[in-house]
Amino acid sequence: MKPERSGYLSLGALLAAIMCAVVFLWSTPFLWMIVASFRPDGFGGLGMASLFPDFVPTLKSYHYAVEDGDWPLWFMNSAILVTGTLAVQLVTISLAGYAFARIRFPGKDALFYLFLLQLMLAPPVLIVPNLTTLVHLGLYDTLLGVMAPYWGSAFGTFLMRQTFRTIPKDFEEAAIIDGASWWQVLRHVLLPLSIPGLTAFSIVSVVYHWNEFLWPLMVINDPDKMVLTVGLVSFAQGAEGASDWGLIAAGTLFIMAPLFIAFTAFQRQFVNSFMSSGVK
Amino acid sequence: MDTPSKTITRHRIPLRPYLLLLPAFLCLAAFTYWPMLQVFLASLTDKKRAGDAGDFIGIGNYRTIFTEADFLGALANNALYAAGTVIPSVVFGFLFALALRETTNLSAILRSALFFPTLVPLVGAAAIFIFVFMPDIGLLDYYLAKLGLSATNWLGDPDLALISLMALTTWKNAGYYMLFFLAGLQGVPQDAEEAAKIEGANWLQRVYFVIVPMLGPTFAFVVVIALISAVSQVDHVIVMTEGGPNNATNLLLYYIYQQAHEFYDLGKATAATVVTLILLLTLSFLSLRTMERKVHYET
Repeated sequence: MKPERSGYLSLGALLAAIMCAVVFLWSTPFLWMIVASFRPDGFGGLGMASLFPDFVPTLKSYHYAVEDGDWPLWFMNSAILVTGTLAVQLVTISLAGYAFARIRFPGKDALFYLFLLQLMLAPPVLIVPNLTTLVHLGLYDTLLGVMAPYWGSAFGTFLMRQTFRTIPKDFEEAAIIDGASWWQVLRHVLLPLSIPGLTAFSIVSVVYHWNEFLWPLMVINDPDKMVLTVGLVSFAQGAEGASDWGLIAAGTLFIMAPLFIAFTAFQRQFVNSFMSSGVK
Repeated sequence: MDTPSKTITRHRIPLRPYLLLLPAFLCLAAFTYWPMLQVFLASLTDKKRAGDAGDFIGIGNYRTIFTEADFLGALANNALYAAGTVIPSVVFGFLFALALRETTNLSAILRSALFFPTLVPLVGAAAIFIFVFMPDIGLLDYYLAKLGLSATNWLGDPDLALISLMALTTWKNAGYYMLFFLAGLQGVPQDAEEAAKIEGANWLQRVYFVIVPMLGPTFAFVVVIALISAVSQVDHVIVMTEGGPNNATNLLLYYIYQQAHEFYDLGKATAATVVTLILLLTLSFLSLRTMERKVHYET
C-alpha cells in the first residue's frame, strides 16, 4: 500500500508543479501590466518589458490616468449601462424560462427554436440595421439605446429553463395545493431555488456589458454618455502615441478594478454558482 | 405529472405562457428578427447610407462581394481565425478544468488566475498586447531574446499578424471556457471512472473514453459560444491592426463595419452580413442539435 500511495502523491505534486508553471506563463501579460503601471519611467525604455519590479513603485501613471480621463463620468455611465441591462434581463428571462420549463402550450418547440436563433445571432453582427431601428425609436445616442438590444436574452432564457427544470415539481405542487398563484410559485418557490442560475447569468451579463466596446462606440456620440471602454480607447490612443505603456496599463487596471475586486472577494461562490447552475 | 385540475385550468387559459414570453419576444423581434429581415431586404438594393431609398438590384451586391478580394480575404481570414481560436481555447479550457478539478486552496488560486484574462476588456487587452507583441522591446521578444531568439515583427508581418490575434483571443477566453468544463465535470459520475480504472484503463483512456463522451453537451455548447465570439468580436482588430497589414487580419465583422461606416456602401455591408449570418447559423445549428439531443436524454 505504502509505495503506491507515495507514488500518487508525487504524481499529484508533479501535476501541481506543472500547473503552477503553466498558470505563471499564462499570467505574464497580466503581471506585466501591474508591474508596468507602477514603473517610474513609463516611457518605452528598453527595460520596459521586465517583469521584475527593480524600481521604487510610483503612482505617477495612475496620477496621469486620473488627470487625462473623465473616469467618474465613464464609471457612472458604465454602471448605469450594466445595471439597466441586467435588471430588465432578469425579469424577461425568468418569465420566459418559466414558460418554457413548466407550461405546455401549442407552438412551444417552434418558439423555443426561434429564441435559440438569437443565441447564435450575436447582436454585434446586426449593428447596421439595429442602429437604424434605434434612430426610429428615438434611442440613438442614449444609454437606453445601448441596453435595449440585450433586454431579451436567449442565453438567459435557455439558462433559466435548464435551472427551473432541475427543481423537483413537488415543491411547486405543495405551494399550489396551499392556494398559491403561478406568480407566487415563481416568486417564492422557483426563483429562490434558482439563485445559482441567476448569479451565473448576472456575472456573464455584467462582465460582457462592462467590457463591450463596438456597440456603445457606434450608438453614443455625446461625450457625456461615454462608457469606460470607449473612454479607454480614446485615452489609450493618446498614450500610445507617446509610448506611455504604464499609463495604458493603469487605465486598463482602472476599468477592471470593480470586476476584479468582486471576483476576488466572491471567488468561491462565483465558481460554485457556475457549477451548480444549469450550464452543463 | 401535473395535478389534473391544474392541467385543465392551464388549457382553458392558453394565453398565460404567451404573455410570459412576450417581453423577451418583443426585444428579440425588434433587435433580431426585424433587423434580419431589414438586412436581407437592404442587401438586394444599391443603398449607400442608412437614409437612402435605394433601387432594387437583385443579387448584384452578392455578385460584387464574391468577386471582391477584400471580402473573400475576410471570409478566409475569419475561417482561419475561428479554427485557430476555437480549437486551442476549448482544448486549453478542457485541460485546465481537468487539472484543476479537485477543489483545494491551490486549485482555487490557479483557477482565479486563469480566469482573470476574461475580466480584462478586449480593448484593454488589445492595447496591452500591442506592447506584448512589439518587436525587440516588447514583452514577448524581450524574453524570447533571453532564449536566444531574434526579434520578430508579430503584428507587422502579414504571415504572423492573424496568429498573434489568435494567441490573444485564446489567452483571453480559455479560462472562461474552463468554468463550463468544471461545471460539466461535476456531472460525470465517479463510478464510471472507477469502473474504467478497475478494467485497467489508464488516465488517457479514461479521459478519452469516459469523460469526453459524457461532456458531449458541454463541448457542443462551448464550441458554439467560442464560434460566436470568433465572428462577433473585433475590438482587437480595431485597436491593434485595423485589418492590416495587407488585409491579413481583416475579419468579416470588421469588413462589414468598414463598408457601412467608412466606405458608405450599405448594400455591400448588408450582403456581407447575410452571408455571415448564414454561416454562423449553420455552424451553430449543427453543434446545438448534438447538444439538445444529449440534454433530452438527461432529463
